[in-house]
Amino acid sequence: MQTHASLPLSRKEAIVTRTIHKDFRRNRLLYLMILPVLIYYSVFQYGPMYGALIAFKDYSPSAGIWGSDWIGFTNFSDFFNGYYFSRIIKNTVLISVYTLVFEFPAPILLALLVNELRNRTFRRIVQSVTYMPYFISLVVICGMIKDFTNTNGVINQLFGLLGYEGGAMLQNSDLFRPIYVFSEIWQHIGWESIIYIAALANIDQEQFEAADMDGAGRLSKIWYITLPGLVPTIMIMLILRIGNMMNVGFEKIILLYNPATYETADVISTYVYRKGILEMSWSFGAAVGLFNSVINLLLLVLANYISRRVNQNSLW
Amino acid sequence: MRIRKRYSERLFDAVVVLIAIAITFCTLYPFVFVLFASVSDAGDLMSHSGLLWKPYGIHLDAYINVFKNPSIMAGFRNTVFILVVGVVVNMILTSMAAYVLSRKNVYWSRLLIFFVLITMFFNGGLIPMYLVIKGVGLSNSLWSLIIPFAVNTFNLLIMRTSFMAIPDSLEESAKIDGANHFVIFSRIVLPLSMPVIAVMILYYSVEKWNAWFYASVFLNSRELFPIQLILREILISGSTDSMTGGADVSQMQQVVQTIKYATIVVATLPILVVYPFLQKYFVKGVMVGAIKG
Repeated sequence: MQTHASLPLSRKEAIVTRTIHKDFRRNRLLYLMILPVLIYYSVFQYGPMYGALIAFKDYSPSAGIWGSDWIGFTNFSDFFNGYYFSRIIKNTVLISVYTLVFEFPAPILLALLVNELRNRTFRRIVQSVTYMPYFISLVVICGMIKDFTNTNGVINQLFGLLGYEGGAMLQNSDLFRPIYVFSEIWQHIGWESIIYIAALANIDQEQFEAADMDGAGRLSKIWYITLPGLVPTIMIMLILRIGNMMNVGFEKIILLYNPATYETADVISTYVYRKGILEMSWSFGAAVGLFNSVINLLLLVLANYISRRVNQNSLW
Repeated sequence: MRIRKRYSERLFDAVVVLIAIAITFCTLYPFVFVLFASVSDAGDLMSHSGLLWKPYGIHLDAYINVFKNPSIMAGFRNTVFILVVGVVVNMILTSMAAYVLSRKNVYWSRLLIFFVLITMFFNGGLIPMYLVIKGVGLSNSLWSLIIPFAVNTFNLLIMRTSFMAIPDSLEESAKIDGANHFVIFSRIVLPLSMPVIAVMILYYSVEKWNAWFYASVFLNSRELFPIQLILREILISGSTDSMTGGADVSQMQQVVQTIKYATIVVATLPILVVYPFLQKYFVKGVMVGAIKG
């Protein structure tokens, strides 16, 4: 009985082994070509995943990742019970939500607007100019933000006409989030509108002609034809966005914040940076970072699930 | 009735155009302001308030200060090194991997794609990454900005999608002529993929040009700093000491402002000059990326 059952299995195994050998002989060069990339991924992508183990350890460089002592969830409970926990979570969520609410729709509105422009040259100028900030380096953008909002800066002076008198705006913790979100819009509105403008070009023109026959106005055509035509694109962009929500632009925050605005500006990733790299609490920083990665993954899966349920648009 | 409708149409058009002009102005003006301010007389600029509609004269002193600054020039040199060497490494590795992953009849293909794809959804985080890069001995070297960022998974998938669109018949006939995979890759697939290659080069170049964060973490020696780190010192930390030597305090404060603006112009100009020519490739890239992999 036993030999009878194992015989076909071992034959199957033999076939698989032969296929693998044959495949390797035939595609040897292909495997050689991808080898450097596999090494790259193993070291610089999977290496850090393995290294994330130090979140559960008391890491010391001399003992190495494996050799350091296990301490279980101590780093995590230190983080959850820590003084800054609620502040960081609150800031991360608020900055993400504000960005989602105010910055995400902006390129959609711009695309609709550009779509209504009749003069082709003017349309191209508007597009080219609004793409531009995307190509300016973040350091320069933040330098400009800092200068313009400084005590004698242009924006500061303009707000002075409206009665603002509070000195450098980036020193004011109440203004950090508005400055962050508004400059996000300024940086990304044009670039992110490209994809929507392209999607608009694919909307069936007959629908507009039919609407013209019925005497529909421009606004109602936008509302009943153009916008519904954009929904699949909007959903995909939204899933991607939500999956990245907890990754608020941390390089930008590091460039713009300062101890006076930590109260409203310090987010998970900037905290990881200060704790882990500047203060060299590696295990603690890794634990906070791991927490962030897990939340991101959950958000992405959740967003994808909801979207698939609601209207069949999904990433996988 | 008909006249009223035409009137409302025209009103609608006018509102749309006005909003478009306002948005364009808001995007463009900050750059215009910086340009005007950079050539203005430092003292007049100091006493000026509000928007600037024309420069206060044409003074190039600030630019002379910028170009005389050795760290800015060294920064440009370091950035050029990172950009040229980095993008070459990026392109070789990404295109070879994309070719392999785009082939059919490869036994391990699904596993390899899975191996690559997972990294888009989960990563170890900043601190383990930092320890790995330090651990392989790359700190305080320009290579720390090249090797750990050798492949961008998203770009890899874009290239793979584009390679998959090349008809199989070309590969088949080359094989009959005795060509191996490396020949098919370099003689057939690459020459047919110039548009996507252009887009990838641009994407990687922008990434390298803008990178400052890892440079600030890994580089200790000032002479290795890329231009963005030097810019951060000047624009964010506000240190222009090296450029203002000799002037007295009040005069210095004025000069510092124009130097900042001139620095922004010098650092942005290379991009804005090539921008009009490259724009359409970037736009094409967005569309390539939009196709689901």
